[in-house]
Order: sequence, then C-alpha cells, then structure tokens
Amino acid sequence: MTVLLIDDRTEASRQALTIARQFGEVSAIAMDAIQPFAPDALAAAIAGLNPTAVVGAGTERGNDLLARVAARMNLPFAANCIAVEPGDPVVVTRQRWGGSLLETARLHSPRPLLTVAPHTVPADDGRAPPEVEVRPTGADTTVSVSEHIQPSNGGVSLADAKVIVSGGRGVGSKEGFAIIEELAGLLGAAVGCSRAVTSAGWRPHSDQVGQTGTKVAPEVYIACGISGATQHMAGLKGAKRIVAINSDPQAPLMLNADYTVTGDLKEIVPAISAEIRKRR
Amino acid sequence: MRIAACIKRVPITGGRILLTDDGRAINTQHLGFTMSPHEECGVEEAVRLIEANKGDSVVLTLGPPEAVEQLRDAMALGIDRAIHLQTDGQEWDAEATAAALLDAIRADEAARGPFDIIFFGNESADSGGFQVGIRVAYALGRPCVTGLKKVTPEGPSVRCEQEVEGGRDVYVVPTPAVLTVKEGLNLPRYPSVPGRMRARSKPVAVVTPRRPDPRLELVSLAVPAGQGRRAESLGAGAAAAPAVVDLLARAGLL
Repeated sequence: MTVLLIDDRTEASRQALTIARQFGEVSAIAMDAIQPFAPDALAAAIAGLNPTAVVGAGTERGNDLLARVAARMNLPFAANCIAVEPGDPVVVTRQRWGGSLLETARLHSPRPLLTVAPHTVPADDGRAPPEVEVRPTGADTTVSVSEHIQPSNGGVSLADAKVIVSGGRGVGSKEGFAIIEELAGLLGAAVGCSRAVTSAGWRPHSDQVGQTGTKVAPEVYIACGISGATQHMAGLKGAKRIVAINSDPQAPLMLNADYTVTGDLKEIVPAISAEIRKRR
Repeated sequence: MRIAACIKRVPITGGRILLTDDGRAINTQHLGFTMSPHEECGVEEAVRLIEANKGDSVVLTLGPPEAVEQLRDAMALGIDRAIHLQTDGQEWDAEATAAALLDAIRADEAARGPFDIIFFGNESADSGGFQVGIRVAYALGRPCVTGLKKVTPEGPSVRCEQEVEGGRDVYVVPTPAVLTVKEGLNLPRYPSVPGRMRARSKPVAVVTPRRPDPRLELVSLAVPAGQGRRAESLGAGAAAAPAVVDLLARAGLL
C-alpha cells in the first residue's frame, strides 16, 4: 500500500511530498506524463494502484485535478491543507479565506484526497519518490486545451515583481493613480491595487492584489491608501517588507506593516518620487 | 438560452476576523454579508448572456433564510428568478452542497429543459473547497472548465479562457456545460434602483434539503498567528520621504 503524490515537479509538489510522507511510502505520478490535462487517466490510475491516500499541490491545477478525481470516485476532498494527522478519520488543518483563517476538520474517507497549500510547509528535498506510469484514456478528450494565449508583454508582471507600488480606495480616483504609476516607473516596479479599486473600475482586475486577485511575493510592497482588509492581506503573505502609507494610523495594514508613514498619500508619494530623482 | 448561476452568502470580514465563543464560526454580529466575489461575476455573465440571447436565468444558493438577500441582489442585477435551498444555518460541506444543488438543478431541468451553462465560482471566499461546480458537472455528465476569465458562446459550444502561469489556456467545450469563473471575468454592474424594485417581485422557490453527515467535518476554526511584523514609523507626511528612500536604497532597489 502506497501514498500517491501528484507531482508537477515544482517547489509546491515537494512541499506536498512532505505531507504525503506522513501517510507512508510515497509513489508519484508525474503531471507532465498526463499533460496537458487528463483527470480521467489519473482516476483510472488511482483505481488501479489503490493508494491509501492521494496528495497534490494546492495550486489551481492541483485543486482542479483532485476535485475531479474526488467527483469521479465519489470521495470527499480537502483542499489547501497545511498539516495532517493520519488516522481514521484523518484530521487536517486547512486554509479558509485564502489563509486568513485555519480550519481543523475530520476527513472521513476510505481514501483521503487532499492538496497542500503552497508555501505553508517545508519542501522535502530528499530522494524523489519512484514514479508510476499513467496511460491516457479516451474520456479525457472532451475537455482539452485547444490553444494557448501568451500574455501581453506590457510592464512588470505582478506575480514576479521585486517591488510593487499599490493603491487603495485612498487614492481617490482613476486619475489619482498617476502618482502611483510615476513612483512605480522610477523603481521599475509593478502597479498593484486593492479590490475596492477594481470594483470601482479605476484599474483592471489584472492589477488586483489579494484573495481573489494575484498573490504576490515582492522584496518591498508599498501600500498607499489601502486599509488592509483580510481580502487584501491574503495576497500579501509572501511580501518580504511592507511599507504602508495611510492617513489612518489604526488602519489594519498600518498595524501589519514593517514600516509606516502617516499622512496624505497625495503629498507623500510625489515627495518620495522627488527624493529618488534628487539622488540619481 | 437557459443559464444558471450558483452563489454563496459570505460575511464581509473587514480587517480582522473574530470567532464565536465555541470557535466553530465567524462572529458575524457586526458584519454585513455579500455574495462570494467570483460568483458575483458568474451572475453578471449570466445576465449579459440572457440580455444578448434572450431566455431564462436562474440563481441558486444553499444557505440560511437570510441568504434570500443575496438572491435578491442577483435578481436586482437582472437574473429572472431564484431557487433557495434553505438551511438552518449549519455548515454544509462541499459534497453535501453539491448533492443538494444537483437535485434542485435536475428538478428545474426536468420541468424546463437543460441549462446551456451553469456558472459557479472557482472557489468560495470562505470555505475555499474548489470542488462544488466540478462535482455537479461530473454528476450531470457534462464538461467542466474551471478558473475562467473569459467565456464566449460559439454556437453549440462555448470558448473558455483559463488563466494559467504564462498566459491563458483556451478550451472549447460543447454545451450544456458547467463553468467555474473567477473575479476579473467581467466588472459586475451596480444594481439600479428600478432593478432593486423589480427584484422584490421576482419569484423565489424555496426547498429544504436534508443535511447529511459531513465527510469533511469542521471541528474548529482559528485565526493564524500574525506574521510577527512590528510596524516602525518612518514619520509623517512628505518629510518622511528621505527615510522611505533610504529604506529602498538599503534593499538595493534604487
């Protein structure tokens, strides 16, 4: 009896491996063996192997695949776990609200299916588990990728940016983002924003940082006029340093930042840009 | 064309989540409620498709009696009618939620024919299970594509754009289909005053499904420890600019 890891050969999969090993001996199915997308082949392989548990990375594709396996095999599925206690039932700790809340739950299942939330457990850098072969099945042809669209190459991508200058409701208007863009331009930074801003139509959704936007991991995140609702903070967990600029010193983001500047962002942000120009 | 959108009522959590004394739920005493963000885009898309193609749009939710507020919100945006799977406020796991929605969808389709598209959010804002739409799709034997940022009907098919690392994957699947969507699919409109007025008289069918024992059983909730950040003030107003730039210089970002 073995534990099956759905391995996409990323850091997130090696983190999932750490959790998988807690259930026992691990075998792996390589995602690229079933590319681009073959949940039916995976379900057939699982039925054949009869593993005690199936573990994957809590990435978009990992959660999608495990949910399909769960639906096909009529089993419960726990997404985005950060800890497990094997047993019957398995006790899992999993993320809710994009990680702003943790749930302890009992997973009553003859074959636990779960994913591991990325960047919540250390990666297992030991010997890679042996791989199991998967054969494609005909059923996977209904839903398949027919085309890939490249991203438009405009500016710095939010997910990979080293610096992000981000604006919230406090920026006041679409036009108000000119000073945010100016500072971002000087720093080679990406422009981000909060959900209040995209809901108001001031910025496109692709600029949104947060639970329902992009999760970011910059060296420095400069938050201008952002209150710091849990929705926004859920996207900031990977940020190394947070600088908050806000007129309200009690705003949640001011309390959860590394550095704060209190006052009117419309004065402070241009002053920072001017200071950078002066030093160059 | 017939379109359904499934939504979930969730609290607007604001800056800090407080739990009830038993630690099994969020203390919502001082919180407002909304529909989960991804699902709001599903509702908007359903309204746009019916505006363009004519037909019937339905919003479904499983939730407490108060969830009728979110059904009315969806109807204020333009959805024609609602089906409320009413609960006593207890937590339902994703499997049970999907099974109850499946029964309601099957009953509606038996009377009126299949939905061309059933929209779900990619994951709910609160419990984040990533599975209800997929479960309903597999039970109905329909294709399912998840995490969509663009949906375009093309005759008997629907073209779906899914955001992935390094661009978008495109899937073209036959309808009827089940699609799970993400915020950014569209920009949901604000409900108009006449829209709100009309929503009051739109029909809400109520059913009361039985809650099975959950197989993913919530035991307790906890707010994770903070990240240990201790805010250091760099000053106030424009006078703080040099200190901010010093910080950026130290980080090697100038």
